Amino acid sequence: MHEVKPLTGLAWLIITHIKILGVFTTVMITVAMLTLLERKLSAWIQDRYGPNRVGPSGLLQPIADGLKNIMKEETFPSASSAFFFFLAPALAIIPSLVTIAVIPLAAPLPTRWGVVPMVLADIPIGILFILALTSLGVYGIVMAGWASNNKYAFLGGLRASAQMVSYEVALGMSLIPVFMIAGNVTLTQIVWSQQGVMHLWFALPLGLSFLLFVIAAFAECNRLPFDLAEAESELITGYHTEYSSMKFSMFFIAEYSNMLTASALMATLFLGGWDIPGSFDNMRMVAPNLIEGAQPAVWKTLLTLGAFALKTFLFIALFMWVRWTVPRFRYDQVMHLGWKVMLPTALAYIMVTGTTILVLDQMGVRMGGFLGGAYGWTLVIVNAVCTFIFVRLLDNDRIMSGSSPRIYRSMQTPAGVRIESRTAANKEPQPRHQEA
Amino acid sequence: MAIGVKTVRRPDSNTSYLRASLSGMMITLKHMVNPKKVTLEYPDEKPELSPRWRGTHVMATHDDGRPKCVACGLCPTICPANCIRLVPGEDDQGNRYPIVYEIDEFRCIFCGMCQEVCPVEAIHVGQDYENAEYTRERFIYDLDRLMAQDHPVSTLWDPEDVLGQ
Repeated sequence: MHEVKPLTGLAWLIITHIKILGVFTTVMITVAMLTLLERKLSAWIQDRYGPNRVGPSGLLQPIADGLKNIMKEETFPSASSAFFFFLAPALAIIPSLVTIAVIPLAAPLPTRWGVVPMVLADIPIGILFILALTSLGVYGIVMAGWASNNKYAFLGGLRASAQMVSYEVALGMSLIPVFMIAGNVTLTQIVWSQQGVMHLWFALPLGLSFLLFVIAAFAECNRLPFDLAEAESELITGYHTEYSSMKFSMFFIAEYSNMLTASALMATLFLGGWDIPGSFDNMRMVAPNLIEGAQPAVWKTLLTLGAFALKTFLFIALFMWVRWTVPRFRYDQVMHLGWKVMLPTALAYIMVTGTTILVLDQMGVRMGGFLGGAYGWTLVIVNAVCTFIFVRLLDNDRIMSGSSPRIYRSMQTPAGVRIESRTAANKEPQPRHQEA
Repeated sequence: MAIGVKTVRRPDSNTSYLRASLSGMMITLKHMVNPKKVTLEYPDEKPELSPRWRGTHVMATHDDGRPKCVACGLCPTICPANCIRLVPGEDDQGNRYPIVYEIDEFRCIFCGMCQEVCPVEAIHVGQDYENAEYTRERFIYDLDRLMAQDHPVSTLWDPEDVLGQ
């Protein structure tokens, strides 16, 4: 434990404001660059160059896009309810920008006036705050769909509400094993329990949680396998069909900053947050004037900030990579996956992890040790078994399958005789009425 | 079946969403890191045209700047779109020349028959595709405009084997 000078008075006020300004600006600029990255990645995946006209290799494209969006005409659908039509973009963008506040970004920064914790608001309810505010984001989308008085927007809003409410359940449930091990919902505490207590990132001992959380986060952010709310090919662009100009842009910013927050959250919960393997940076602010663990240093702060940015970027890249690979689920598939697969799996995994933790505690195994120690590796093995069972059950036509097995299954005759020859069935799928 | 279309056999059992998605992601990753792009950066790079490309017309000229056209009237006769207007004239020596020679490039279907039929190889279709204009009137090319066109002309047949033997 290091006693350090606490930040007080004017210095605290000024530094907090600088932090808020810095984080907000960084988020906005990152979101702008993410739109460019999305276009670039999609272009590369499709063997194109992507935007490369504005600035060096297209780097100023977001500015051009922003300018265009500001200059564009704002349209109002004639029969919309104007108040909610105005309110919706604000309701979508505010929660998505606020949630970043509770995520610890780097190791505490020592300054002349005291040690600055690199998190905007280290509130004790950390992740619950994020869950609560992301739920508010649904209202923006539903309201946009409803107020537009447009059938496509309405359908998009409906789908978004059903999907996001469903997946919030699985999202919350997949986090419970994390809370059980960390014993806390404060994000700084969760980072500390990975780096200082467990010495193992939660992605390994809680891999199934990680998998479920990633899937649920995709659904929460309305990203591609789950982008039913937008669904360009079916619903034009869903809930923001009627929006133009900066109001449309605000939905866009909300989507991307949601993605940013989700990625940062995944990095914090499962990849050790700003932790770099090795114990030189294990530290946390216990109280305003007390630091547990290593000595804070500026280079440590910068290094851990870089590590955090890298981890977040990995998830963002995954988001985009998946978006340009996987086609959209059907509505019933989304609901099926959310309620019949993810939720039971998450509940079962809570039971398994809880039992394992209870047994380990009763046997007196201590948490920690080199690379997680016995405690950590028992969990890793239990988790590996669970993940294997989950993937085996999920796959091979059992819970989720492609369309062709279903088609062939539906081609069974009333007597239950299946068309045997695969090649014959593939060459000439016999229509059902002939068999009947 | 169109050329180059690969027919994929659809599996009817043992399918896996995860395996299929992962292999799909490997394919997209391969394309992502592949430096070979299919984009033609148009204003900077231009596509290579076929020698038989048939674009807007070019009227060939003699060295002294007169059009080679002898106003025989074959091209307006053969033109299936009826887009060539020719008013023939005759000078003191009895040489025929076009008083008015106009091609409406909007009506033209760029079949190239005017070039094929021309006995003195005066009218040609050209290797050109950048012919945007601001008004419809500008698309009626008169004789001066046709003579001023400087893009290469189309080669409708092999010059060494005109009859295609």
